[in-house]
Amino acid sequence: MAFNNLDTLYRQVIMDHYKNPRNKGNLDGDTLTVDMNNPTCGDRIQLNMQVEDGIVKDAKFEGEGCSISMASASMMTQAIKGLEVEKALKMSEMFSKMMLGEDVDTTGLDVGDIEALQGVSKFPARIKCATLCWKAMEKGVKDE
Amino acid sequence: MDVKAIREQFPILNQEVNGHPFVYLDSSATSQKPIQVIEAVDTYYRTYNSNVHRGVHTLGTKATTAYEGAREKVRRFIHASSSAEIIFTRGTTTAINTIATSYARTNLQAGDEIIITPMEHHSNIIPWQQAAKATGATLKYIPLQEDGTIRLEDVREMVSEQTKIVAMTHVSNVLGTINPIKEVATIAHDHGAIMVVDGAQGAPHMKVDVQELDCDFYAFSGHKMCAPTGIGVLYGKKELLENMEPVEFGGEMIDFVNLYDSTWKELPWKFEGGTPIIAGAIGLGAAIDFIEDIGMDAISKHEEKLATYAYEKMQAMDGITIYGPKHRAALITFNLDDVHPHDTATVLDADGIAVRAGHHCAQPLMRWLDVTATARASLYLYNTEEDVDRLVDGLKKTKEYFGNGF
Repeated sequence: MAFNNLDTLYRQVIMDHYKNPRNKGNLDGDTLTVDMNNPTCGDRIQLNMQVEDGIVKDAKFEGEGCSISMASASMMTQAIKGLEVEKALKMSEMFSKMMLGEDVDTTGLDVGDIEALQGVSKFPARIKCATLCWKAMEKGVKDE
Repeated sequence: MDVKAIREQFPILNQEVNGHPFVYLDSSATSQKPIQVIEAVDTYYRTYNSNVHRGVHTLGTKATTAYEGAREKVRRFIHASSSAEIIFTRGTTTAINTIATSYARTNLQAGDEIIITPMEHHSNIIPWQQAAKATGATLKYIPLQEDGTIRLEDVREMVSEQTKIVAMTHVSNVLGTINPIKEVATIAHDHGAIMVVDGAQGAPHMKVDVQELDCDFYAFSGHKMCAPTGIGVLYGKKELLENMEPVEFGGEMIDFVNLYDSTWKELPWKFEGGTPIIAGAIGLGAAIDFIEDIGMDAISKHEEKLATYAYEKMQAMDGITIYGPKHRAALITFNLDDVHPHDTATVLDADGIAVRAGHHCAQPLMRWLDVTATARASLYLYNTEEDVDRLVDGLKKTKEYFGNGF
């Protein structure tokens, strides 16, 4: 039973994304590339996005980091693909709130597997791991 | 050495974390503080808090005596010849920056060389990068052997008449490597270079005799040796310090202040601009008393025994990589196969075991090891074999947790 508490962090679906990351790799052609790292722990991510007409047409990532940071990136790329930039940003805002342990309203947002990361809010030291990819996404679309 | 009695002096160790008895294995980041140190700081604030070196009132005199008494304890602790050579700083980082800013920028010019190693903490890399950029000097690295040690023949080959500064850590905070400071200092001096030692991981764990090491500067932090945060020491040879300009100017460090120029106090005070870290210094003095009561030799012996015990137990595990040489200081940096060190640290934390995970402020060394991060268990005088057993059990659990079921 000792693992019970940990199980709120390491949900099955998270470990699945960690071990079988979706959208891992690079995009060809004219894409937005954002490099982001977490200087306190060494995690790094490179996010590639193809944004056309205000829509995230495609998103892929490369990187190295812990299960939480990599699973979060995998889930995020799935969730933002096909979204309007505005909606992707709204989703990022929702995610930040979720990490703070706040109740979030996901109406109108197809959050996919992301909700599995809710447990991270109970592990303050790991919140930055989960938000790294979202910070990269925000930076990418805002710089555009 | 009675570790049980020692543990009783550390109130923080007597608690449960996440429902388990607390095991603290992160002393290389910061050590815990014994009750003697906590009380020394508490007593200062409760009964004689006053500024030092000014005013004639009774408490001010008492505070000054305690502050300067702490300096004398530090002098004795590292076997310096004069307390004028003991400068209180905020920590190792500030101490090294003082050398890099004051000594290096005045004494270095284009064509000169600064030599360091890839195993340095960022605080013994970046100040030299900046000094090199400011003066046109070149920064060079002594190569590391596969086991994370340096060879004296490489030092001999690299140090030349162009070398002005050799800066090296006494003990690597990642690899646990104990560097041959005395021998390197001799090579440096043979070529007219000075020897700077980052003693952050040295002074807390082993006897340091700066005269025997014959280093020119030795920097260390109080908080890694049972003292509060915010206090550290820069030891420097008097003849060097005397010819160095202060880095911070203002109160406390002056002799005469005129409208357009000023003169400085004598050593060590010319380097202590502003109200000093009085409580911190008093706490450091109490920490030195505490350590000396137990005996540094006994502490070193205890740590060595514990490090060997931990190394052997961890080495015997499957799917673990331990970094650094076999002969090492009391810290073990490692990774479990296919488990990121953050995840390792989180699982251990759930068992009440505190280890460090990350790059340990040594990014160049992480690249040399070809990892992005590692986990580290570091030991101190209050750790026991039971702590190590708990760690090993926790690591087995971690492997089980990440290996199965997903």
